[in-house]
Amino acid sequence: MMALAEQRKLDALDERLAALGRPPSGGCLGPAREAALARLRAMGLPGRRDEYWKFTRPDTLNAPEAQEAAVFVASETQLFGEIDRVKLVFVDGVFDAEASDDPVLGGVTIERLEEVATRDIHWAKDLYGVLEARGQDPVARPLAALNTAYARDGVAIHVTGKAEKPIALIYWHRNTRSDAVLHNVVRLDPGAELTLLENGPAAARFNKVLEVDVGAGAAFHHVRAQGRDHERRAATHIFARVDEGAVFKTFTLTANGVLTRNECVVEIVGDNAVAHVAGACVGDGDFHHDDTVFITHDALSCESRQVFKKVLRNGATGVFQGKILVKPGAQKTDGYQISQSLLLDGDSQFLAKPELEIYADDVACSHGSTSGAIDEDALFYLRARGVPRAEATDLLTLAFLAEAIEEIENPALRADIHGRLEGWLARRRKTG
Amino acid sequence: MLEIKNLHVKLEEEDKAILKGVDLTVEAGTVHAIMGPNGSGKSTLSYVLSGRDGYQVTEGGATLEGQDLLAMEPEERAAAGLFLAFQYPVEIPGVGNMTFLRTSLNAQRKARGQDEISSADFLKLVREKAKALKIDAEMLKRGVNTGFSGGEKKRNEILQMAVLEPKMCILDETDSGLDVDAMKLVADGVNALRDQGRAFLVITHYQRLLNHIVPDVVHILAGGRIVKSGGADLALEVEENGYADILKEVA
Repeated sequence: MMALAEQRKLDALDERLAALGRPPSGGCLGPAREAALARLRAMGLPGRRDEYWKFTRPDTLNAPEAQEAAVFVASETQLFGEIDRVKLVFVDGVFDAEASDDPVLGGVTIERLEEVATRDIHWAKDLYGVLEARGQDPVARPLAALNTAYARDGVAIHVTGKAEKPIALIYWHRNTRSDAVLHNVVRLDPGAELTLLENGPAAARFNKVLEVDVGAGAAFHHVRAQGRDHERRAATHIFARVDEGAVFKTFTLTANGVLTRNECVVEIVGDNAVAHVAGACVGDGDFHHDDTVFITHDALSCESRQVFKKVLRNGATGVFQGKILVKPGAQKTDGYQISQSLLLDGDSQFLAKPELEIYADDVACSHGSTSGAIDEDALFYLRARGVPRAEATDLLTLAFLAEAIEEIENPALRADIHGRLEGWLARRRKTG
Repeated sequence: MLEIKNLHVKLEEEDKAILKGVDLTVEAGTVHAIMGPNGSGKSTLSYVLSGRDGYQVTEGGATLEGQDLLAMEPEERAAAGLFLAFQYPVEIPGVGNMTFLRTSLNAQRKARGQDEISSADFLKLVREKAKALKIDAEMLKRGVNTGFSGGEKKRNEILQMAVLEPKMCILDETDSGLDVDAMKLVADGVNALRDQGRAFLVITHYQRLLNHIVPDVVHILAGGRIVKSGGADLALEVEENGYADILKEVA
């Protein structure tokens, strides 16, 4: 029986991989791709019995073909449209040079991964698949290994100074059956600074990995908005390594999408470093959103924060699996984790698994997870001042999400995300 | 302005009658005070009039300028000109005080078919009203009532009243938790709003607030009914002799 199940698992993997088509062999990324494929074969695809996939069914992410996803035509202006940035556009996972800006930015070198892969020598080979491989322990992340083995394109960004403006990766979705695999690597030299923006639905099914190496004293800010296409699916991974005195901050806004699994794996390796991982999501109806976070403290006096807020209605599901691992000797660690959901009806659900694993004795770690309805007293107070019920509910919804949005350091980006949410809520109110 | 007729109210969850036939008429331009011992139904009256859930009207009714108040949603009552200064103002972290004030004012204006107020006019209006109540810019920036002291919360209620300019103001134990200085500030705020087109219903446990907001009529609410009405002197009588004598007298 066991052998049969094993064989089925292998067959499923073969089927999945056959549909992808391997990238050209050789080049500086060749060995990393080979190693990732070997890892993936050893792990197999995520299964429903895997503890790490207890709350999220991986079936549609494992299937050889992407399920059809209609393209959502947004009436609103483009997110970050007012922000001066270098735009790099991918359409269904394929780079679109026409729609992109020249990849020229002071303090930064920007290259296409497809091009990088053809070279024999490139810095990216020391990062591509390296942090992903480290992130496979102690929990397997097969979809990330699959990405490393099969991604053909993406960007390689090397930040040597303070980037003059943000780099924006824009992912358009045009084809209802597109299955995109992208892999981005970012290296920040000591003292360098970069803000990376990402937005768009990307594809019917999107598998994306971002590996970030934040050098000593460097600062990496990441603000991402995942597209509103209702039927899209995505499995994304962020792997970050944060060195001494460095800052790593990432925020994700998600609205719609039948299935989103965002994993973020951060390893703090230098003293006095800071890592913040935050997310706000608004789910309505057929919506399943999973935030899975793993932060490892392996240095002195570091701070980490996980702040996740989810608003769920009409049967939407939210998942949070968050872990703080404090390694032996990582004294003076300050770890904070909060995951909360606002359930706007009885059909929606929030599943949370917060974990702390601590092997040092002089640390401060706290975590909390709550699930609740709209505060009736606050709702009545607003209505008694003349604010209609639906508008008052939206106001309280925004207030609930505020703590996560506050994690975005740049005021213009924060205002953009806040305004976007406000607009969505207001428009939905009008359309019923 | 406000007309309450034979109002009977019970708690929705349990079979407990709280108001047992309240009759009250508050004319425009007047200040009425309702006093009464604990558990007499004072707060229930304010909640029923403003539309809070959890109460069931079993008999009688209430109108505001002839409109059936009890058939309206809370927000419709506000737009029609009813205002309740809460005994326990609610803290709403994450909603800025200014956003709250502007959203409230514009929602009411919209419901009345008026244009939204411009940002400049709104700022000017709030600054002027806030100054009189000694509410500083810092307080306006914070979340609604978030981290406010008891006195600050009550002053914030009066600020809302001043900005929204309702016709019928109900003050539910606004004096509770206030020191003498804060009470004077609040009373000044209320008195500044007194005019021919506006009426007040001041609910209080103690007489001291009524030294500052002098009522035209004082009612004693006991056992869910108004048992006695009189002039401002009636409040003094309560202060001196307590409720026991009056209750004995009307029994």
